[in-house]
Amino acid sequence: MKKFAAILSLVFFIAACGGGNTENNAEKAKETSTESAITESGNPSYDPNRGEGKFKDVEVSPNLDVKLADAGEKVYSVKCSGCHKLSDEKLVGPGWAGVTLRHKPEWIMNFVTNTDEMIDKDPKVQAQLEICLVRMPNQGLTDQDARDVYEFMRKNDGVK
Amino acid sequence: MKRINYHALMLSAMAIIIGMSACKPKNAGTAVNSDAASKVYVAPGKYDEFYNFVSGGFSGQLSVYGLPSGRLLRVIPVFSVDPEKGWGYSEETKPMLMTSHGEVPWDDLHHVQLSQTNGEIDGRWVFGNGNNTPRVARIDLTTFRTAEILELPNSGGNHSSPFITENTEYVIAGTRFSVPPDNVNGDVPINTYKKNFKGTISFISVDKENGNMDIAFQLVCPGVNFDLSHAGKGKSHGWFFFSCYNTEQANTLLEVNASKNDKDFIMAVNWKLAEQLIKEGKGVKQAVKYASNRFDEKTHTATSTMKTEVLTLDIKKYPGLAYMIPCPKSPHGCDVDPSGEFIVGSGKLAALIPVFSFDKIQKAIAAKDFEGSYDSIPVIKYASALHGEVQKPGLGPLHTEFDGRGNAYTSMFVSSEVVKWSIKDLKVLDRVPTYYSVGHLMIPGGDSRKPNGKYLVAYNKITKDRYLPTGPELSQSAQLYDISGDKMQLLLDYPTIGEPHYAQAVAADVIRNKSVKFFKIEENKHPYVAKGEAETKVVREGNKVHVYMTEIRSHLTPDNIEGIRIGDEVYFHITNLEQDWDVPHGFAIKGALNAELLVMPGETTTLKWIPDRVGIFPMYCTDFCSALHQEMSGYVRVSPAGSNVPLVYSTGTNMPADNGGAAVKDSTKK
Repeated sequence: MKKFAAILSLVFFIAACGGGNTENNAEKAKETSTESAITESGNPSYDPNRGEGKFKDVEVSPNLDVKLADAGEKVYSVKCSGCHKLSDEKLVGPGWAGVTLRHKPEWIMNFVTNTDEMIDKDPKVQAQLEICLVRMPNQGLTDQDARDVYEFMRKNDGVK
Repeated sequence: MKRINYHALMLSAMAIIIGMSACKPKNAGTAVNSDAASKVYVAPGKYDEFYNFVSGGFSGQLSVYGLPSGRLLRVIPVFSVDPEKGWGYSEETKPMLMTSHGEVPWDDLHHVQLSQTNGEIDGRWVFGNGNNTPRVARIDLTTFRTAEILELPNSGGNHSSPFITENTEYVIAGTRFSVPPDNVNGDVPINTYKKNFKGTISFISVDKENGNMDIAFQLVCPGVNFDLSHAGKGKSHGWFFFSCYNTEQANTLLEVNASKNDKDFIMAVNWKLAEQLIKEGKGVKQAVKYASNRFDEKTHTATSTMKTEVLTLDIKKYPGLAYMIPCPKSPHGCDVDPSGEFIVGSGKLAALIPVFSFDKIQKAIAAKDFEGSYDSIPVIKYASALHGEVQKPGLGPLHTEFDGRGNAYTSMFVSSEVVKWSIKDLKVLDRVPTYYSVGHLMIPGGDSRKPNGKYLVAYNKITKDRYLPTGPELSQSAQLYDISGDKMQLLLDYPTIGEPHYAQAVAADVIRNKSVKFFKIEENKHPYVAKGEAETKVVREGNKVHVYMTEIRSHLTPDNIEGIRIGDEVYFHITNLEQDWDVPHGFAIKGALNAELLVMPGETTTLKWIPDRVGIFPMYCTDFCSALHQEMSGYVRVSPAGSNVPLVYSTGTNMPADNGGAAVKDSTKK
């Protein structure tokens, strides 16, 4: 499985070199997702804005929920900080600065709880994999953990 | 071990084989039908139908195979150290191998027994016996790891073990080599066996919730060799049956001197009565010393406790506790059919197989239908206990399993075959060759109340000419037969690890969905855990240095450590921060005199390292974990004793010094 993961990473890499350009794929996915057409990943209903997983509509208030953000920081420290810095600097994975501006809360929370499926389907994640070459592990976050971490990301992005 | 026992048998077998060479199939082709391959083919990505737990014999380990494919899924370290997994080398697992003799790094695992509820396999635990330094192990089938090892006092050669009662109330440990009890002066002449040596049978209780084992009581029995055993079931639940050989009580050249009696015994024990006597306070406390070793899944650490007392019951003092049933000749296997009515004794030197009836035994006991006594234990008349004999089954009967359709299957060591016979009328129905010298055999659930009579596996001692030669030492083998029809059909033949003795199998569904995928980091209670890189540190306590290190794809934290000195003992406490299935990380450091570690996701494991020289020591992850696995490494700097190099540690911040720093002085030139 470990080797399989590594090989899979390579496969993505090779696929990108030999065939389509992932940016184009991403564009295509955006255009067609609402019409349930078949995307490059072969999934007719994949929504690249929401991602895939159990989160559909996450309610986020304009102000920071400090309680959630503090809980999220604890999860970050145990399960995320090994690979992600809070600045924009890449460690194993990309730094978190600005992540809540780049992705919807649903996308982030689906990605951290349904990691493998998103890596296999999401064009943006696949583009990241070509850069990082390490498949993000599923770190076993609960739904609440995911929400807390999202709030901590907002705090990191300056929400007060 | 069996090879030694059976040299004489093998000689006579060879004579017979030479005489009957026409009977032996010339090659596998003559024994295998053309559809065999399709019956064992499990397509890539598909699962096997059964888990098969196979004893490793002198390897000391337990192997797990899939059936019908014969694919090796796992080798679980039990009684023997395993440097690959750090078993017996990591600080956390060392206590598992502790005994009253100290740390014993090896044993001889002969028999396995899956836990049962109502006589059916429940898939919670599998037990294994340590034959040499008497022990019983419990393996947890959610983690496939050894969870507990219990040493047995007053015992030598724990062979008649670890057979269980039908609700796993007790695991049994009967001593093969009788010895003087541990609390008396054992410095006695060996030839005073009859006077000074005792056989013991330990009843080990199993906690219904957590599986924890304790010696409930020991039965003190005459000095004989207890070989194998099985519990009664259904109607005979409450009784246990033990085969005994060396009723001659020989202490030398047993090959001859323990083979003199025409009949030895199967000993029937009323364990419900023993339990009652213990409740009434009849147990005698005896001072002993034995280790109880348990692995705690939350601290990921084993603890060894030395215990100092057991309760014993002398079976001679309590009429009704035990009866002897004569059984020809040096009985080995002692197997009870699914109904609990029939007890099959396999006299390994006998030319027939006696089958005893539980009802008849009960009648004989009620009528005191005895032919005498053996060391004060009543001996029931052979004919009064006998259901009947299987005539001319083959040579060297050893073990019997059942298919749940009224048939029994007995392994024949000397004539290298499996013989199928009908329990009701004792007629031989079919026989198939094995290649060669079959010992144990097994049918999934074949000793339980609900066998699954689809397959049978024979475990062979000799494989000469079966596989490509590998020098003087050859593997043992397993042979899979389809027994669903009237005729047994050989399907597959594959090598095993160590020497397989008994094995058991169960439908995969009973176990599969309970399998743990990783340990939750939140629940990790290891005293040296680092929950996240923020908690990593290096702490010096005198000459002991504790490194709280984390691993995640793909770096060690810390990965640069300086300030270690000659004379230090360094403990690397490695926490794997991953929280996904199948992402172990390894850890190894140059010059370590013990082993590597394989750390499962969410687990903390410790490697002790004593640097022996000044210099730079690389360390790295040994388990290919990601595309950047080769980068997952670091350095430890070791300075001379008394050096002032400060203790510092980091990951990613120890940037190259200007001009490459001070040049290395070449100490070889003067």
